[in-house]
Amino acid sequence: MQTQFVLDDVVTVLGPDGVADPATDPKLPGETVVRLFKHMLLTRMVDERLVLLQRQGRIGFHIGSLGEEACILGPAAALGDDDWLWPCYREFGALLLRGMPLQTYLDNMYGNANDAVKGRQMPDHYSGRPYKFGSVSSPIGTQMTQAVGFSWAAKMKGDKSVSLVFFGEGATSSSEFHNAMNFAGVYKTPTVFLCRNNGWAISVPAGQQTGSQTFAQKGFAYGVTPVRVDGNDLLAMIKVTRDAIERGRRGEGPTLIEALTHRLSGHSTSDDPKAYRNEAEMTAERAKDPIPRMRAHVVALGLWDDAQEKAWAEQVEADIKRAVETAEKTPAPALHTMFEDVYATQPWHLVEQQAEAERAPRPAGHGGGH
Amino acid sequence: MPQMNMVQAVNDALRLELKRDPRVVLLGEDIGKVGGVFRVTQDLYKEFGADRVIDTPLSEGGIIGAAIGMALYGMRPVPEIQFSDFIFPAFDQIVSELAKFRYRSGGEFPAKMVIRTPVGGGIRGGHYHSQSPEAYFIHTPGLKVVCPSNPYDAKGLLLSALRDEDPVLFFEPKRIYRAARSEVPEGDYTVPLSQAKVVRPGQHVTVLAWGAMLYEAIEAANQAAAQGIDTEVVDLRTLWPVDIDTIVASVKKTGRVVVVHEAPKTCGFGAELIALINEKAFLHLEAPPVRVTGYDTPFPYTLEMDYLPLAGRILPALIETARY
Repeated sequence: MQTQFVLDDVVTVLGPDGVADPATDPKLPGETVVRLFKHMLLTRMVDERLVLLQRQGRIGFHIGSLGEEACILGPAAALGDDDWLWPCYREFGALLLRGMPLQTYLDNMYGNANDAVKGRQMPDHYSGRPYKFGSVSSPIGTQMTQAVGFSWAAKMKGDKSVSLVFFGEGATSSSEFHNAMNFAGVYKTPTVFLCRNNGWAISVPAGQQTGSQTFAQKGFAYGVTPVRVDGNDLLAMIKVTRDAIERGRRGEGPTLIEALTHRLSGHSTSDDPKAYRNEAEMTAERAKDPIPRMRAHVVALGLWDDAQEKAWAEQVEADIKRAVETAEKTPAPALHTMFEDVYATQPWHLVEQQAEAERAPRPAGHGGGH
Repeated sequence: MPQMNMVQAVNDALRLELKRDPRVVLLGEDIGKVGGVFRVTQDLYKEFGADRVIDTPLSEGGIIGAAIGMALYGMRPVPEIQFSDFIFPAFDQIVSELAKFRYRSGGEFPAKMVIRTPVGGGIRGGHYHSQSPEAYFIHTPGLKVVCPSNPYDAKGLLLSALRDEDPVLFFEPKRIYRAARSEVPEGDYTVPLSQAKVVRPGQHVTVLAWGAMLYEAIEAANQAAAQGIDTEVVDLRTLWPVDIDTIVASVKKTGRVVVVHEAPKTCGFGAELIALINEKAFLHLEAPPVRVTGYDTPFPYTLEMDYLPLAGRILPALIETARY
């Protein structure tokens, strides 16, 4: 076994006490650190509320990021204005950080008339072109190859845009991972592959996805620079992503980041992890929650206190409440929208089928007005 | 006007568009230095360079996935799948992604491209160099599907497809790549998508065909004429969205219809065409609509000419339908 290919190092900045290692600290301005910590709290609060709304039957589905806030928000914060983010499906926090209003996101969760994707996809399958944020689909891994093509096009045109693409460790088993890494390596595209290794692909543990000792080491085979990082450490995530983006921008090609984190919930609201997870293990993982660790950091820096946290939580709570109320009051998309955007111009058969749908009786209790 | 074969006509269209639109890039396996296994992209690499005529790794899923990313960036990629039999590793990217991008993103991310791929049998290619997978893509909302039968249409339809706002599957019937020749204007012209062409007017029976099988349909029509049967031959040219008006007008005139295609019979495009005819012209029908198609077997090697719906199989269908 050639152990030099394994990558034993895991980049860390924050100790469990919240003290940053000066050797690796990205040394962000205090206001940035606070802004990002506040956004971690917001992401957690939105997440918990959406789970509750799903349990109450008010939304159909939610796939969240509980425990993965650092490895989702850190990379998003590291991107420059011209860089693009290609999501998997747990990255709503990154979308909000990139500028999508909370209301627009809630409209997506309800699939209502104001949803940017017009109620055509499940909740959490958002699209955020104005925020340089791609469109979510459910098939695993497809966004990786697209992100490679997108960043390759930017390189061809001489633009300085870098693409960062999220996926889980399960997606490294897909053919798309191979296709994407291979093309990225061959054409040295400015792509950052961000593998959230949260330990689980629904019920299958990471150890059953690969015979490799690490996911990062796969990068070596493709000519893609690999790095492993503590995914529960927001500052470490920012550091390694910034380095990877700069490498891409300098023309030095793609990077594969394996972020070690934990999924502190089921796969989605449709999943019951009790069937495959044990409580002791989850308790140990909760102790590594990225939020208390970051809180210790901002408190130690003298940038944050209980009163600020309470005020922020109240404000976020009020914002969520208002956005939920507005989303719930907004009607379903009009029936005709189902037949639009299939093609740039509506062909004859969809004209016919739209007319047929408009004549058909509407199902009770589902959908909404014309 | 110069005479061209299909290979030259497609090459001419690609050259023209590479010159006209800097967003156009070609990518695929062996399309660069060697000019494609059928030489369709011959010399384009020399003329436009390795950045615009790209030899890719051997990975259909990678080619289409990367092309989607390029299209989202605002380029006009033209990926080639070396044989349409090899399109299936890219099926997820085409069906789940390319076809749905505009719709699923609420119009934020239209993904426009033309996927070129040789199609069909009769070249002694066995299972994996002969199939006609058009129905899978016609069945997928969001895609357009084109299959030209002659060099003039090939160039004009390809230029239309390259300028279209939707993703287009452009199937090139490889059996007639070099056999079909016609006059092809130099320079720019287009043949509009979704317009069929009545290539042989007739009164007694309509035959719907496309690609290489069009010539078999014409041959059968000529033989039927000797028996007093006047056949109208319609070349669909664009399979989806199909030119329903031309089909319905023809069937209303003749009251009889035979559909010909190479793909297997069950759930082939012929089934859809006949369903549409039943919906729109049922009371005009004088005979049951008939399909002459490939059989529901994998595409065979030695017996491929028995498998294909050649003129010899179309003729009795025309006669029976006309005399029903």
